[in-house]
Amino acid sequence: MSASVAQTTVDSLRALPGDAVRQVLWRFSSRFDLAMLVQSVRAVARGPVARLVAQGARLTHEWTPEKNELLREFDHSGITAAYMDPEAGGYLEGPKNLALALIAFELAWVDAGAATGSLAGCLALSPIHERGTPEQRSRYMALAAPGGPDEPKRGSFALTEPIPFAGVETGLLSGKVRIAEWPDGGEPLLEVSKRGRFITNMGFANFVTAAVDSDDPRIQGSLMVILEETDPGIFDRGTPTRKLVHQLSSTSDPVFQLKVPASRIVGGYRVENGVILPRYSHGEIIEAVFRRTRVTVALMTSAKLLSAVEPLIRYHRDRFRGSGAVSPGSPRFELGLQQKEDVVHRLLDIWATGEASASLGFQAARLFDELDPIEKRKDEVLEAAGVSGSMAAFKFLKRKQGDAIAALKTGAGDPVLQYLILDAQANVHCPACKLWNTGHGANTMREAVSLMGGYGITEDCPGFLGYKWMDAQLEATYEGPEAVQRRQLTVTMTNEIFLEQFRLWIGEMRKIASRRPGAGACTLASAMELWLWTLNYLQRIKLFQGSRQAVTFPLADALCWLLASRAQILDVEELREKGPDNPGAAEGLEATVQFLTDLCHIQAARAAGEVNRVCSELVFGHRAHPSWEGAGHSCYQEEELIGIESVVPGASGFTSDFVYEDGRVPDKAGPCVDMSGLADFNRLSTKVHGCMSGFMIAKNRAAQALQKVMIPAALDYPA
Amino acid sequence: MSYQIVVCGGIAPDPLQTLEPVPGPALKNEMMLPHVFDPWAAHALYEAGHLAKLNPGAKVWVVSMAPKAKLQQVMMTVAQKLPFELVPLDGPPGGFTDSADVAEALAAAIRTIAGLDLSRLLLFGGWESATRGAGTTMQRVGALLGITEQFLAVDQLEVRDGGSLRVWERLEGGRQQVSLCSGLPAMLAWATGHLPEPPNHPPTGMANGRLLMPALQKAKPAPAGAGCTFLDVSLPKQIRQTVIVKDKPAAEIAREIVEWITQ
Ligand SMILES: Cc1cc2nc3c(=O)[nH]c(=O)nc-3n(C[C@H](O)[C@H](O)[C@H](O)COP(=O)(O)OP(=O)(O)OC[C@H]3O[C@@H](n4cnc5c(N)ncnc54)[C@H](O)[C@@H]3O)c2cc1C
Repeated sequence: MSASVAQTTVDSLRALPGDAVRQVLWRFSSRFDLAMLVQSVRAVARGPVARLVAQGARLTHEWTPEKNELLREFDHSGITAAYMDPEAGGYLEGPKNLALALIAFELAWVDAGAATGSLAGCLALSPIHERGTPEQRSRYMALAAPGGPDEPKRGSFALTEPIPFAGVETGLLSGKVRIAEWPDGGEPLLEVSKRGRFITNMGFANFVTAAVDSDDPRIQGSLMVILEETDPGIFDRGTPTRKLVHQLSSTSDPVFQLKVPASRIVGGYRVENGVILPRYSHGEIIEAVFRRTRVTVALMTSAKLLSAVEPLIRYHRDRFRGSGAVSPGSPRFELGLQQKEDVVHRLLDIWATGEASASLGFQAARLFDELDPIEKRKDEVLEAAGVSGSMAAFKFLKRKQGDAIAALKTGAGDPVLQYLILDAQANVHCPACKLWNTGHGANTMREAVSLMGGYGITEDCPGFLGYKWMDAQLEATYEGPEAVQRRQLTVTMTNEIFLEQFRLWIGEMRKIASRRPGAGACTLASAMELWLWTLNYLQRIKLFQGSRQAVTFPLADALCWLLASRAQILDVEELREKGPDNPGAAEGLEATVQFLTDLCHIQAARAAGEVNRVCSELVFGHRAHPSWEGAGHSCYQEEELIGIESVVPGASGFTSDFVYEDGRVPDKAGPCVDMSGLADFNRLSTKVHGCMSGFMIAKNRAAQALQKVMIPAALDYPA
Repeated sequence: MSYQIVVCGGIAPDPLQTLEPVPGPALKNEMMLPHVFDPWAAHALYEAGHLAKLNPGAKVWVVSMAPKAKLQQVMMTVAQKLPFELVPLDGPPGGFTDSADVAEALAAAIRTIAGLDLSRLLLFGGWESATRGAGTTMQRVGALLGITEQFLAVDQLEVRDGGSLRVWERLEGGRQQVSLCSGLPAMLAWATGHLPEPPNHPPTGMANGRLLMPALQKAKPAPAGAGCTFLDVSLPKQIRQTVIVKDKPAAEIAREIVEWITQ
């Protein structure tokens, strides 16, 4: 890379992508309600939240009055009510997944603890919103809605329990429910005992949705129940968790021993033969809840990565300014550390990861916005067909699988088929973004901290990068650690409806590549083919099984790389297509698109490399390495070769390794591996290598752009 | 009394941006920089909102000339603060457009507002803009609309019984001139006023947004600035020294600034 600051005539990225560009990329340019929400949340994030962090509010585990003040900021700025429907005191129409994703993104741009605090309230309400009875919905939504004369009521979601109970394994519940009283013909009164561990918002929550198991033959199975602080019994908030991260959220280990009416069972119940049958088990409820809320967590880490770009550029550029020895105008003065190739290239990796993860997360959020109304329509169809109960619904939908796959080609009008198609996607995209954005994101945040030198691990680091690095680890852990997401992907990524779509996406990438060769789409398509081949192969040889996590998990990881890169490419294609018609995004568009395309190329190449590595490890790693003798013996003996030669002269030249008659082996590295049956793999893998062509050229071009891009004089929030 | 308040205000680049004049004249990458509502006009707007809130039936219009795509982005924040109707003019951004041209375009736009009674108008704006700083636009708009009661650098307005106005204007040396104005129409070009920025109120934003977006889509081009040619533009000879501090009391900051100026 050139160290000079000379102007080039090629138009290069002029400024960091602004709101208008983001709105096009993440597909909300026609949603002024969301554009307003973003501004509103941003004012809170870069105002009171940033000031709190800068003042050291993260240095205590306690829930202080200053932290508590944030709740009011959330109420006033519309963050609290964004989750609610207009009839329940909200102001946003329709599904809210993208809205909540944008809130999480904006808050986590500065501090993800603040994001967690705001979203944990939604998490508490989610079981009620998704599965509650109409009465439960109207009561708790109204209580939680700000704007009334009283302070809104706030909630917590309590699933996790002290060791050795519920954690990753959510079925191991020690929380219990039994019947305290059951008056004749009246409503049963339940006795709930539950200890929670790491429960967010517990420092101030007024109600809790808690997962418990039956400890009474008159209650069937597990359930979720709503507890209120005024219920008779013990509502002990517990001591604050001594956590190292997300200090602007409140976390503690509470203890509940309360009597509550059975009407608090989330989703209601019926009584059969004197036994309470809850409508939903706790498992069914958390399934419905987490599949939405995990997307917002994923975006918290994306925001961190993208928020690191500006402070890093500034740090690098300004690094040597102010010293008398470095004169203005000199490359060292103007570019500082950006003169060094490694610095800019690593920042590009961080930026590309941030773009891909944001694209994947927002894609998932939009997918749920699309899915929500279709899911309701599907429920109506099922109800009209007289299908009730989760087992019957499962069987009904299972029978439609083939039709759904056929409809992928013809375009489905039927809501049930549409539902199956989108649901198959959502079931992959949700764990994929939670897993990859946070897990790989946390690793990448470490790189960002590293690029800030010693400053990176101080409280004074502009952009709070050190805090963000640690925070990312929590995002990878709560609401289901990586293992949970990988386990879910193991199942959902092999759903034939998903795989059929995946095959179509390979074609989609090839089409993009034919319009725009050398931009990463082809690289990605080749890697997608390799992944698909590997999955089929591992299934065929029965290595792909739930219990073999060392096979299924890496393959799930590899898929995430592919999906993130695809989402990123699709977003940039959207910008290329729609940007010119959007006056806010149009200025400097060509250069912005070129730069973002280069980031796609960088990311696609990384993804392809990662997929190639994982697939090669899995395909070859389980084949015994050949040896000169013994179990892995796969070599000819010298006398065998002489025999072959006597029948077909010259044929021995086509055989592989052999052992001499006296037992000597050729003086080389070792016997070569047996590739039989893997010709396709090798072809696809080699193709992936070839498809990497040009990616370093793209990276060098992007590196030059990084040296020239204009950034603001100072960060727009304190540090 | 149901007031009709028209607030004129443009947009300005976010103050954290590096601004560099380029031939045109324009600011380098101006359309790509984040913008804010002009701070002086914003004070006028908050005062207008406050007055309207105290006087049921009152209505606020915001007349703004700016590239409409940028104006739309700025409105995503401003429109959440108080109820108003936007009258957008799709024109050049602030800094290099002659104030006479701007005033003409604004006055013409105000005349087109349906149902507006010019004889009862309260015309608000900033005493100058953060981009041009000419300090002459509002007087011209007032004059073009035939409003002769004009107040400049207003810090405070009191509406008295009977509809007369008491107005505090900022003078040199921290003093104020207090005037009594017997009635409307009047033009008030505000200095800082005394109201804080209202917090965002998303439901207000949603309500404003329903009218705002169609208005922006229909915004007419305002070819202002044609009558003025700039021979040369350059940055003022000024040293910018940005110091990032935290936890410093205001008195201490003030002392340091005085020390720096008197150095
Ligand atoms: C700050 C914070 C806030 C939280 N907020 C809440 C809240 O509001 N409500 C709530 O209910 N919970 C909350 N949690 C709890 C959080 O969801 C759990 O910590 C998380 O689900 C993991 O459970 P665990 O800690 O018991 O880990 P474990 O279950 O002990 O798992 C530890 C590790 O073991 C491995 N592992 C475990 N099981 C498997 C498996 N089957 N296959 C493969 N690997 C496996 C994985 O690597 C996993 O990461 C919060 C946690 C924290 C730290």
